[in-house]
Amino acid sequence: MAEIKWPSAANRGLIGKSISRIDGPWKSSGRAKYTYDQGPAGMLYAKLVTSPYAHAKVTAIDTSRAERLPGVRAIHIFTAVGKEVNWEGHEVVGVAADTEELAEDAARLIRVEYDPQPYLVADTDAQHAGPGRFREMSPRKTGDPEQALQQADVTSEGTYGQPVITHCCHEAHGSVAEWKGDELYVWISTQNVSGLSNEYASALNIPATNVHVDCQVMGGGFGSKFAADSWGVAAAAMARKAGRPVKLMLDREVELLSAGCRPSLHAKIRVGAKRDGTLIAWDSESWGTAGMSGGGVPQLPYIIQVPNSGHRHTSIFTNIGPARAWRAPNHPQMCFLTMAALDDLAAKLNMDSLDFFLKNVGLTGERAGVYKQQMLMAADMIGWKQKWHSRGDKTPGHIKRGLGLSFHTWAGGGHMGYCRTTIHPDGSVEVATGSQDLGTGTRTVIGIVAAETLGLPLDAVRVEIGNNKYPPDGASGGSTTVGGVSSSTRTSATTALNELFAKAAPSLGTTADKLEAVGGQIRVIGDPSKSIPWKKACAKLGTTPIVAMGQRNFSLISSGVGGVQMAEVAVDIDTGIVRMEKMVAVQDCGLIIDMKTAMSQVYGACIMGTCYALYEEKIMDQQTGTCLNPNMEFYKLSGLDDIGDITVHMMTEDSYQDRGVIGLGEPPVISPGAAISNAVANAIGVRVPELPITPDRVLAALGKGGLV
Amino acid sequence: MADQDDLHHSTGSGEPGDDNSASDRESSKGFSRRQFIKGTGLAVSASVFVPDGLLKAAMPEETPGVSGPGEVPVRLRINGREHQLRLEPRVTLLDALRNRLDMTGAKKVCDRATCGACTVIMDGHPVYSCTVLAIDAQGKSIETIEGLAPEGKLHPVSQAFVDNDAQQCGFCTPGFVMAVKAFLDKHPHPTYDEVRASLGGNLCRCGTYMGIRKAALEAAAKMAGKGGRL
Ligand code: FES
Ligand code: FES
Repeated sequence: MAEIKWPSAANRGLIGKSISRIDGPWKSSGRAKYTYDQGPAGMLYAKLVTSPYAHAKVTAIDTSRAERLPGVRAIHIFTAVGKEVNWEGHEVVGVAADTEELAEDAARLIRVEYDPQPYLVADTDAQHAGPGRFREMSPRKTGDPEQALQQADVTSEGTYGQPVITHCCHEAHGSVAEWKGDELYVWISTQNVSGLSNEYASALNIPATNVHVDCQVMGGGFGSKFAADSWGVAAAAMARKAGRPVKLMLDREVELLSAGCRPSLHAKIRVGAKRDGTLIAWDSESWGTAGMSGGGVPQLPYIIQVPNSGHRHTSIFTNIGPARAWRAPNHPQMCFLTMAALDDLAAKLNMDSLDFFLKNVGLTGERAGVYKQQMLMAADMIGWKQKWHSRGDKTPGHIKRGLGLSFHTWAGGGHMGYCRTTIHPDGSVEVATGSQDLGTGTRTVIGIVAAETLGLPLDAVRVEIGNNKYPPDGASGGSTTVGGVSSSTRTSATTALNELFAKAAPSLGTTADKLEAVGGQIRVIGDPSKSIPWKKACAKLGTTPIVAMGQRNFSLISSGVGGVQMAEVAVDIDTGIVRMEKMVAVQDCGLIIDMKTAMSQVYGACIMGTCYALYEEKIMDQQTGTCLNPNMEFYKLSGLDDIGDITVHMMTEDSYQDRGVIGLGEPPVISPGAAISNAVANAIGVRVPELPITPDRVLAALGKGGLV
Repeated sequence: MADQDDLHHSTGSGEPGDDNSASDRESSKGFSRRQFIKGTGLAVSASVFVPDGLLKAAMPEETPGVSGPGEVPVRLRINGREHQLRLEPRVTLLDALRNRLDMTGAKKVCDRATCGACTVIMDGHPVYSCTVLAIDAQGKSIETIEGLAPEGKLHPVSQAFVDNDAQQCGFCTPGFVMAVKAFLDKHPHPTYDEVRASLGGNLCRCGTYMGIRKAALEAAAKMAGKGGRL
């Protein structure tokens, strides 16, 4: 009888190995069909009319000219006359037509009149935001920060900040909706395959049983694709009206305006330490915007529990568009503010940043030992001791180099979910769960766990995900997917296997509890000579397959990880251009299922983190209330050559792996902003206080001090 | 597979010298495909407004001087096969591929010559198909990712993307595969630095660049061993 637990390190055939993702060939051959690629017969194309104002009342809508255009099949009103739009890009009217070009023409023929209202898109000044535009959250305090600041031998003060950024998923938000009678079929680019039925059902007044959701592959979500959204419902509504399938994908501009903002966070921070570097005081006053919603209260300082610390936060309500969870919500911002302020203090103390953080690592609490080990390892990997210099690279020339470090934490855990394993009499196996693969390798992880459990090669298991006809699985957010699906899969596959053992045991002259499945054989534990091949064992099922369910199992998973990252940058002080030359990332994530895709998560996070450290900003213009860069020319992502070398080390010692599976998507994206900012300060001798660290900001900072 | 150099005829778009060794050296230093394609894209669109010999040559014979505004017959040679379509002149090559021919490997992401997700190879050059009009692609040899290998088989570049996990969500991947393929066709023995310098015309949101660099080098090594062809 197989127990529901992970195999020991010595008995892992697939788990933890470096395995290519099973849907890789499908994607890299261009044959994978994403939502954007679907084209059921008779499909219409939909386009949106959106608000040019940051805030306005809709006073009139005239769709008559569009309706008269031959080939226009359905119109959908998102924002009725009398209602308000709250950001530039807010959807007002949708139109579906025979071709994409025709839909564009029709959208242009729709007249909407607005009564513009007062707006705010700037998040720079909480106090002058105006009445009703900000909320002071309840302050937090431990010890006596003011007194501690007085008593500190060395203090440092600074203002730091990060602007709003967007998700900019490569595949825009959107869906294709098709009705068959009163059954709705949708392809949707989503992180939440099993969780959309109710949203559609209540919006369209059909039972949830009639909603069929499919998403086999999706082009990125990063926290922005949990809902069907107004445009998802609109596609279904227009498809019903027109009696034909409708595709509604946001165009790039609306994607960047409406489909998700990461909240900004700025803070004025004062910190103090004793001469020997012991941190004793923290005080911060922060502000930021999450659009019209308040957003959460940031936890400052991040990770490090300074004995005397005070924090106050003000949320600013703006018309920048709706905030959505962005990979590791709030953590990159909190991490950057904390690590930058502390690194500036270390510089004032004239300490090596690494020594300073090591000195205070005890303040991180239960994970102090982990961070210490990871810091030393990362330092070794990047050559910290050899390369370190105090603030300001004094070597001649206009290229200045510097080092910076940061560390982070994330919970992980596992979301609730179910998996179903079916073993057929012919020996074939299917595992099915209504989960989704965002590109993280979920499909592959499920296959690896099932194959390992059943003692079969990976390609002997058919993995079915991405459809809500399968047993439901949670939304992919918060790095909870791998914990959810690996434990539900392990549980269901083990349960199915035990049923197979029961059928096979008599022919081996033993009982189910004495059997194991290894290398395509069912065999007696301790006596490999007594075995039968998998297929033969399955043949004993007669005509009825084994079907076993499993659900998220806390005994197989855990939460809470630590990671340390270090960055080396080169800054051209003539042009202000910063290059990320090297990053090292040391990361723990519990038991690793697939080393290859796990490493890719970390590489990818370092790159995504470099993007927000150096390039990304949703630039809002208070004069007009509009976003100045809703396109990919000016909403910048890094290119392949903008990224230096990245070295990743995953913690695989038993003490880490024994905890079970923990999610990995978010943690490594938290530190890059802080590590890169600290490296830039180390290079040029002065803090560039805002991210992204653009050339103009570098030159402005240099104008205030540092090397020139 | 057609020899691109034979098929190449100038679009008057100011391409960087492509086929001689001097420019090979150039390109390894500062070849920016993004800039090059932006140039091409602009020139191609501009030709709609300023009809010239080039435009006339590209247009079907039955249309005198001006195309459209309604649908016009368009002939495209894609992966060695002729396709006869009726399209409005404003339809891009990308939309023609995706919406009319169900060739959805090329993706629409930025739709304005920034990200490379829509990359196809036209007369041997990688182009952003979102910024080439279908009518202007007539008479050219167009290679899309669907033509790289028969269904069920993988081109060495696609295989290298799998082996090096050079893809996460995979939405940028077909465009990257085509960009790498076009690059290796011209530079079969690139160095790591040349790979880095030459694939700046495509963007990936998931951050797969480490894998892509390795994949390009590995594919180059494999293809060189096979004479550079599948
Ligand atoms: S979609 Fe063509 S370059 Fe981005
Ligand atoms: S793999 Fe997702 S955009 Fe490149």
